[in-house]
Amino acid sequence: MNALFNRTRAFLGPEMAGPGFALLAVIVFFSLASPQFLSRATFGSVAFQLPELGLLTLAMLLPVLTGGLNLAITFTANIAGLTAAWVLKSNGGVDAGPFAFFMACLLAIGVGAASGLVMGLVIAYTRAHPILVSLSMMIFLRGLGEFLTRGGDISGFPAFIQPLGHGSILGLPIPLLIFIICVLIWHLLLTRTKLGFNTYMIGSNIEATRYSGINTRRVQVLVYTLSGAMCAIAGIIMMARFNSVRVGHGESYLLITVLACFLGGVNPFGGFGRVIPVFVALVVLQLLSSGLNLIGANQHLATAVWGILLIAVMVLRFSAGRLKFLQRIKG
Amino acid sequence: MAEMTSMESSPKPLLSLRNINMSFGGISALKNVSFDVLPGEVHCLAGENGSGKSTLIKIVTGVYRPEPGTIIDYDGQTYPHMSPMTAQAAGIQVIWQDLALFPEMTVAENIAFQTVLGSRPRFVHYGHMRDIAVKALARLGVSLDVDLPLKEYAIAQRQIVAIARALVGEAKLVFMDEPTASLTQSETDHLLDIVRNLSAAGVAVVFVSHRLAEVLDISNRLTVLRDGALVGVYPAAGMIQSRITELMTGKTFDHKLRARDVSANPVVLEVQNLSRPGLFEDISFTVRRGETLGITGLLGAGRTELALSLFGMLKPRSGTIRLEGKPVRFSSNRDAIAAGVAYLSEDRLSLGLVQPQSIADNLVVASLGRITSGGFLSDDRKRELVAGWITNLGIRIGRQGDAVSTLSGGNQQRIAIAKWLATDPKLLILDAPTVGVDVGARAGIFEIIAKLADSGLAIILISDEVPEVYFHADRVLHMAEGRIVNRFAPRDCTLRDIEAAVYA
Repeated sequence: MNALFNRTRAFLGPEMAGPGFALLAVIVFFSLASPQFLSRATFGSVAFQLPELGLLTLAMLLPVLTGGLNLAITFTANIAGLTAAWVLKSNGGVDAGPFAFFMACLLAIGVGAASGLVMGLVIAYTRAHPILVSLSMMIFLRGLGEFLTRGGDISGFPAFIQPLGHGSILGLPIPLLIFIICVLIWHLLLTRTKLGFNTYMIGSNIEATRYSGINTRRVQVLVYTLSGAMCAIAGIIMMARFNSVRVGHGESYLLITVLACFLGGVNPFGGFGRVIPVFVALVVLQLLSSGLNLIGANQHLATAVWGILLIAVMVLRFSAGRLKFLQRIKG
Repeated sequence: MAEMTSMESSPKPLLSLRNINMSFGGISALKNVSFDVLPGEVHCLAGENGSGKSTLIKIVTGVYRPEPGTIIDYDGQTYPHMSPMTAQAAGIQVIWQDLALFPEMTVAENIAFQTVLGSRPRFVHYGHMRDIAVKALARLGVSLDVDLPLKEYAIAQRQIVAIARALVGEAKLVFMDEPTASLTQSETDHLLDIVRNLSAAGVAVVFVSHRLAEVLDISNRLTVLRDGALVGVYPAAGMIQSRITELMTGKTFDHKLRARDVSANPVVLEVQNLSRPGLFEDISFTVRRGETLGITGLLGAGRTELALSLFGMLKPRSGTIRLEGKPVRFSSNRDAIAAGVAYLSEDRLSLGLVQPQSIADNLVVASLGRITSGGFLSDDRKRELVAGWITNLGIRIGRQGDAVSTLSGGNQQRIAIAKWLATDPKLLILDAPTVGVDVGARAGIFEIIAKLADSGLAIILISDEVPEVYFHADRVLHMAEGRIVNRFAPRDCTLRDIEAAVYA
């Protein structure tokens, strides 16, 4: 029993305390404030909104853990979506078959990964700051996308891709399932693979890691490539949900992904942070906005509350740190 | 325990502390310590890390308030405790190890900013600050361009700027915390000259240093602390290094030569005419199984660069490296590690270990293949591997998951050694393995090194402390300006012979 407890604790990690507490607080507050909160409808709205932001947050997480940042995530997702749309369009549009869709996804992920690969190579070899590199990539992708679409929407996809955005299996929304699978893959990657191990090491001290015989450039390139590939998955889900692709879709998520990482206990300077607490943090953010919606608050107010929440988390974290420090001094 | 030397004819002390007690969270940092400084003397404060030296300095300068019962007599006045303001006003200055300077500001601003703080008029006259700075530097017999930003100057000059700043405050008593830790020998000599000048001008200097040779060279007297208690006060004349070490640690170390004859063992590393112009030139030597080859020389002699080229991180321009007879050419340190070469960096804090990460992760980072099964890392294997090395090297840790930065210097170094032993090397290069390690813990590190050599590992021991290579290596190379200028066998020469060559 004790071993099981320890295993669970090791699985969740110490970063879990903050998001776990926030989750509890949000659930308790809104169930008291609104009787409809603990209902299928709330679950449904959270389950369908969570994946887009969630997949983009996973794409942001890896670079943040290395001490970097990927500001190009939303436009990488758009460009990957455009790629998929282009493959579908050139294979019959509404009449495109499942094989065309499969190829479309593959190519989209390839394009997303390529965008990450280029950023990774530039960051690893020129040692330019990831913010500048990914910002340049973001501007490039936005410009390219707007040029290709002339600022409009691309739509007209076969009907069978819609379940990817709206359907359910055994009562679980398909996008949520895809997101959960991606969360588990990221969790496995970070806790069980050399790449994950080295991601944390690099995030704390890249030179010391290099002196230990780790190919740090390879790690950086892989991290940004995987980040790009994850953006592509987000792009495909967005395409299925909106039944269209438009450059600029999801743009407002960009900074929220950074904050979700932070709320999930990720060190903004890299080296520390785990996937599962970030997942919980995302659920908290989504529950918060659904709950506020339910009690009749304005949508913009919900965004404001997110900001307040994150500031509160920072203050709480500082106080907790002080408390620990004082306890240690008292011995 | 306290053995005081008698001082019948000594003048009245400038500073006299009696009955200092200080504790943090129930842990006693200073126990009933007394401390005297005479006017104009150079007084060394000696002790291992954690012996209470910094706490003592912080009490004198008013950073800490000691427990009641303390008497501080300074320059004819008695204080129950100091405050930073009263200490400064009374002419007590400290030069901390990190110097606490402003790299972006000019030399003049760094030296004179204290004089313009809070004084009226509120406008800052740069010309006035300049004059103050030039005058302070002149007192030290140094000329620097006071209009340049401080960051343009190397650490040795910054040190001088910090001293000049202390002098601006009309200092009578200056504390220097490890002022020579990052200086080369000639810079150190220059600094010691400055200290002598200060002393001659009537300024008392309290000097904290781990380098005992320097301590004996510069001080009139020394006060030794151990575990927060006073061991004694001694005149520097007649004192020898090994005696200070004994006083500081409470242990006796037998300084026996380790050197053995291993010329019958097979050669592990053979370096021929290795050159990289500007860094090192025409280097040839061999290291055998079970042999410890010492490399010494001043900072900047090319020792670390040579080591990095053996480790594949710096490409030599010409010459050959043979490992067990086979010529090797490394394109990165990964090749070197795979071939059985390990390199312990001289800079443990920023290159040797990933300080914020865990003990366990630091130990396995260079040998992840060993804890991989079926393509995934295994926590159980990691724990086992780490526990094995922790026991093997007698490392004292809390939990494996604690950050490596929570360990003492000696235990950190053992983790770093364990990290490399886990890669199963044939050749272990140890670059300054005792930097930042307490005198007491150094003996432990050398015990490990001796054991490793006995088990057949070929070891290159790089150190700028000549006694370390003299006592612990089988042969010693002396490098200067990128070349091997002397080869010594400790069994056929004296420590003085090597020291004379290195410091000539």
